[in-house]
Amino acid sequence: MAKPPKAFATTGRSRKGEPLVWLTALGLTLGVLMTLWLLGLVVYKGCQTFWPDRLQVFEVKTDSGTEKVAGYEVLDRDRRDGDGNLHHEVQLFRGNVELYGEKFVFLDSSSIVSREQADDLLLVERLAGGNVIGRAKAIELADGSRMGPEDPSFEDELEALIEVNEDRRDELRDVEKFQIGKNSKRIKELELKKRLIADGKVGGSIPEIDAELEKLQAEYEELFAEKVKIEELMKARHLYIEAVDGREIVISGESLLHVLRPNEVGFFGRLGEMLRRIWNFLTMDPREANTEGGVYPAIFGTVIMTIVMSLFVTPFGVIAAIYLREYAKQGPFVRAVRISVNNLAGVPSIVFGVFGLAFFIYFVGGVVDGVFFPNAEEPVYKSGGILWASLTLALLTVPVVIVATEEALAAVPRGVREAALACGASKWQAIQRVVLPASLPGILTGVILAMARGAGEVAPLMLVGVVKSAPDLPIDVTAPFIHPERQFMHLGFHIYDLGFQSPDSEAAKPMVFATTLLLITIVVVMNLAAIIIRNRLRKKYATSSF
Amino acid sequence: MPREDFIAVDKFSFFYGEKQALHDIDMAIPQQEVTALIGPSGCGKSTLLRNMNRMNDLIEGVRHRGDIRLNGKSLYDPRIEVISLRKRVGMVFQKYNPFAKTVYENVIFSLRVAGRNKKKELDEVVERSLRSAALWDEVKDRLHDSAFGLSGGQQQRLCIARAIANQPEILLMDEPCAALDPTATLKIESLIRDLKSQFTIVIVTHNMEQASRCSDRTAFLYMGRLVEYGPTKQLFENPSEEDTEAYISGRFS
Repeated sequence: MAKPPKAFATTGRSRKGEPLVWLTALGLTLGVLMTLWLLGLVVYKGCQTFWPDRLQVFEVKTDSGTEKVAGYEVLDRDRRDGDGNLHHEVQLFRGNVELYGEKFVFLDSSSIVSREQADDLLLVERLAGGNVIGRAKAIELADGSRMGPEDPSFEDELEALIEVNEDRRDELRDVEKFQIGKNSKRIKELELKKRLIADGKVGGSIPEIDAELEKLQAEYEELFAEKVKIEELMKARHLYIEAVDGREIVISGESLLHVLRPNEVGFFGRLGEMLRRIWNFLTMDPREANTEGGVYPAIFGTVIMTIVMSLFVTPFGVIAAIYLREYAKQGPFVRAVRISVNNLAGVPSIVFGVFGLAFFIYFVGGVVDGVFFPNAEEPVYKSGGILWASLTLALLTVPVVIVATEEALAAVPRGVREAALACGASKWQAIQRVVLPASLPGILTGVILAMARGAGEVAPLMLVGVVKSAPDLPIDVTAPFIHPERQFMHLGFHIYDLGFQSPDSEAAKPMVFATTLLLITIVVVMNLAAIIIRNRLRKKYATSSF
Repeated sequence: MPREDFIAVDKFSFFYGEKQALHDIDMAIPQQEVTALIGPSGCGKSTLLRNMNRMNDLIEGVRHRGDIRLNGKSLYDPRIEVISLRKRVGMVFQKYNPFAKTVYENVIFSLRVAGRNKKKELDEVVERSLRSAALWDEVKDRLHDSAFGLSGGQQQRLCIARAIANQPEILLMDEPCAALDPTATLKIESLIRDLKSQFTIVIVTHNMEQASRCSDRTAFLYMGRLVEYGPTKQLFENPSEEDTEAYISGRFS
């Protein structure tokens, strides 16, 4: 009798090695989930910052009856008090700091008698003091009389007031920043020159300088008078708001930025408001210890610093890698150099910050100051600045570029090099014309990684030029237009400053999320740009090895 | 009058470190003929070929003894520049290896590195070289497309065009058909026969039929020694050495 054919093993749970496969899948899943969770949180919270919430009026029990308070809910949570009793409470943004002292308040649910949405509530944004919530009471007209909200032209007057003040604010900035700035810079220069002449270091006539100084002083007084005039014009008119508990808040025209009725506008109105807030966030200077306003200087600083860093790190890293891979005699020494370069990538970044401070700022900056600015009262290059920060980060990221470039060079097929040499090319010509183009996509991958690492780095920057508030951008319209010695703002540092150094961390929280989202977005955008360039090159220089 | 000893290999020995790859090779390669080097793997035929344009200089720890003379001048003369030598000796490799450039730029690469950039001259060289490589009609409309868009056989003919663009005197071919299909191989072979009126060709091949089809002379190398060298017809039909006969009749490879 024939033996029955032997059965194949069927898929079972006990197959050898299978659990290890699950383990690897588990590892990946955990990583992906954590990343998605983090990104989701940042995106959700970041977007929430800009969405205008509906305002509610709460009636709250107090020791002596009830009290009304208006605001929007930020948080809803259960809390266990010291005795172990569970409380449900909501956190409310109520603004109106001059009345309450604090922008946020916790209300115990048991004390809330009622809550309702009132259509006529206003959310007023202002330059200083944070938002105001209340009902419009009156607006002061140019002739000093008051107009109540029942007047049909009240809305128009309010809008006109905001608009005219916006123009005046621009005017004021021009006078303050450019004209007075220019004037005082010139005065400073002349005073320095005068001192030098008095010391006999340079030639010139003191009376001449005095005459010019006098002229400049007169000009300054004129400008100052103009500034005061504009300010007074702005301060002359007011908006009167009545808080829900009946108290009055006076908002000077100088401070008034924007008025919104969040309970009246529909979905598209709120969407528009959100876009306006995002736009302001991206384009305005920060105010109120960075907790309000925008982050424009920080965006600018981050992008410029990253670009300058890439400009330094790319040639430096590529040249080093070419020598290491193509010219250096491979041996123990080159191996040691290579290991050192790889280890450099593992050095804590703060160490690079310390090195940057000591080498770039104190040594190189000191030499530059000594040679070019011997008479400056304050250090010019011998203090933190965007140039030194970029150089420090370039040093920090150069191993990434070197390693990527070396790998890209090694991946170019030997036949291609030989073909170039057989055509009568010198070794350098072969590298320059054939090997480098073929390895360009790989090199760019390294630059992309370096940029991503550099843009997100904060610790070393704190030592070499980042500040929480920089009044002037590193590139602007005053000669010589590019100011590599200037301190700058950076989104990463901004997050740290807002979240952990802010006097009002509660108020700064939404800004932390928004800034984080923005930093991630900027890094992604810069990487995408580099990836697009790389893919174009890859198409152009397609070889079998990539 | 073509010279009989255009390439003169004179008692040439070659070492990779301690390992001797060539033992006292003596041979004279005539001008404007096709000379085939055959032999089993590792017999030194590629090493010999790659010494004719000093490609082996790239490898570390090599040394040689004896001499190779090109038209009476030693290749190893310390005064000659390797680059100028390679301009006179073109080379085609086993695996087609065009550059990641356009067809046009591939052909004129040797002119570019020599600093010749005149548009008119370049255009002429491209057309002439591609016509010589029997590729012009196939690629004349895509001169400015990437060379990687061509088929394998076309890419190898492009490499031949690139090697002859600078009008070298000698064309070295290291198993030029090893990576190609039979149709493409036949095209390259007929091309080799056409090119011999202009160039002295030395070809390394594994394929004995190919050697008998397109070469005038054949050299059989075995274990780093030149076993037999003579007119192709004679070597294949009436070999004087036993090893040669064994090899060409397929008794060892």
